[in-house]
Amino acid sequence: MEIVVFLLFALLALASAVVVVSHRNPVYSVMSLVVTLLSLAALFVLLGAPLLAALQVLVYTGAILVLFLFVIMLLNVGRETPSGGTGRGQKIGALVTAAAFGLVVISLLWGRFVGIEMPALTVEYVALKPLARTLLSKYLLVFEMAGLLLLAAVIAATVLARKVGKSRGETV
Amino acid sequence: MMESVLELLGPELYYGALTPALKIAVLLFVGILPVITYLVLAERKILGYIQVRLGPNRVGPWGLLQPIADVMKLLVKEDVIPNRAIRWAFILAPCLVVGPAFVIFAVIPVGPPAAEPGGLDLFITDVNVGLLFIVAMATIAVYGLIIGGWSSNSKFSLLGGLRSAAQMISYEVPQGFALVAALLLAGSMSMVGIVEAQKAAGVWFVFPQFLGFFIYFVAGVAESNRNPFDLPEAESELVAGYHTEYSGMRFALFFLGEYANMIVISAVAVTLYFGGWYRPFPNVEALSFLDFPFLPAGLVAVFWFAVKVFAFLFVYIWFRGTFPRYRFDQLMDLGWKWMIPLALLNIFLTALFKLVL
Repeated sequence: MEIVVFLLFALLALASAVVVVSHRNPVYSVMSLVVTLLSLAALFVLLGAPLLAALQVLVYTGAILVLFLFVIMLLNVGRETPSGGTGRGQKIGALVTAAAFGLVVISLLWGRFVGIEMPALTVEYVALKPLARTLLSKYLLVFEMAGLLLLAAVIAATVLARKVGKSRGETV
Repeated sequence: MMESVLELLGPELYYGALTPALKIAVLLFVGILPVITYLVLAERKILGYIQVRLGPNRVGPWGLLQPIADVMKLLVKEDVIPNRAIRWAFILAPCLVVGPAFVIFAVIPVGPPAAEPGGLDLFITDVNVGLLFIVAMATIAVYGLIIGGWSSNSKFSLLGGLRSAAQMISYEVPQGFALVAALLLAGSMSMVGIVEAQKAAGVWFVFPQFLGFFIYFVAGVAESNRNPFDLPEAESELVAGYHTEYSGMRFALFFLGEYANMIVISAVAVTLYFGGWYRPFPNVEALSFLDFPFLPAGLVAVFWFAVKVFAFLFVYIWFRGTFPRYRFDQLMDLGWKWMIPLALLNIFLTALFKLVL
């Protein structure tokens, strides 16, 4: 039963991920990305991490991708226009990413082969309380740095979007 | 009778599949759908009263059969899909509005958990991330409006869809922050846990969380696209907004979603801030006649829950009869410059209160 659900959502995630990068219309790409992220959320539930699933839906599909869709529709981007380049940079990037991913998979399998036990993702890690405790004690510095980074991004976006010398005398 | 069914199916199928399925069926066909049907009539009647006119009064006594007639009309109406519309998205969009609204009811408790093991819980499920689940599901609905607006291939629809995207993202933030403060106070994300925390505290969270409740409800009105925040379908500017091109039952589905969302927002507000299924002042013995001891306890719980939800639905309709529509920039100003700072202040004060106590 579990394996059926897993295969269903794993295949759905993969198939829609392929559509994301291959479709010519950006609106379709974003919507496929929504399907990918929702499938991943379903996989999180299957792994016994409903908190991560809820956060995934809330933050990624609920906020970030809506924003993507909003911007694409606002700019009225139709079909993809050829950028004029050969796309060599893209190809190199894709190859490097694929190699990195392959390395991760191989190292996991290798660890299994030589008998290194990876700690299972149990409730002690992914429930709300332990997760919050770990984030705010062991990884506090990283956590705060991520917050600072986001704050800097917000300020930068505000500065970039500001129109100097607006007639209302007010800057948004 | 239920015992023999239990024996026949075995406990796993009985508790795992049959009971939830029956609960969902009862909730949908006895609870939500009839309530929505008559909510439309109630809205027209109350608006009529506010505007000093009669409201629908022709079909059946006092117009009581009006919603039945309306539904029949919508069901048999021709369903037009525009020629240049993106067909699959056009069909998918109304479902995306209705589906999440109904899914949320899975975690809303209309009554207490079973007193003894094997008894009947008066909710479908109680997950320990209930609150997050509700917020997460509520965010899916915005796709329905955006996709509906985009796939119609009409400028009014597209503008309506864009407005709804901007509005929903803006108001999800203060709404989420308001919920965080309630969560801090309750110390639990489970909806049942939050109700029990209010009983244990002896006070509805609306009193310590008045600011939070205010922010939650105003943001909720904006999230469900109701007056005075019904910008996505502002008929004086956008014809009908995101559903301009929709007709027949698909058009009705958008409204089914909107009314279901109103009930969801009201039910969550009741659960979080107004003591859920408990009678007012559940710890005061002198008022125990409000528990109607001669009735089954479960029925009384559902009664109190329903009374509170209906009170909120009335407020929704009252809003519609009272406030003029906001302008779009005013809406954004209110959301970003007032609601979000206020919600942050509320979290800060709540945390301070928790720390001192």
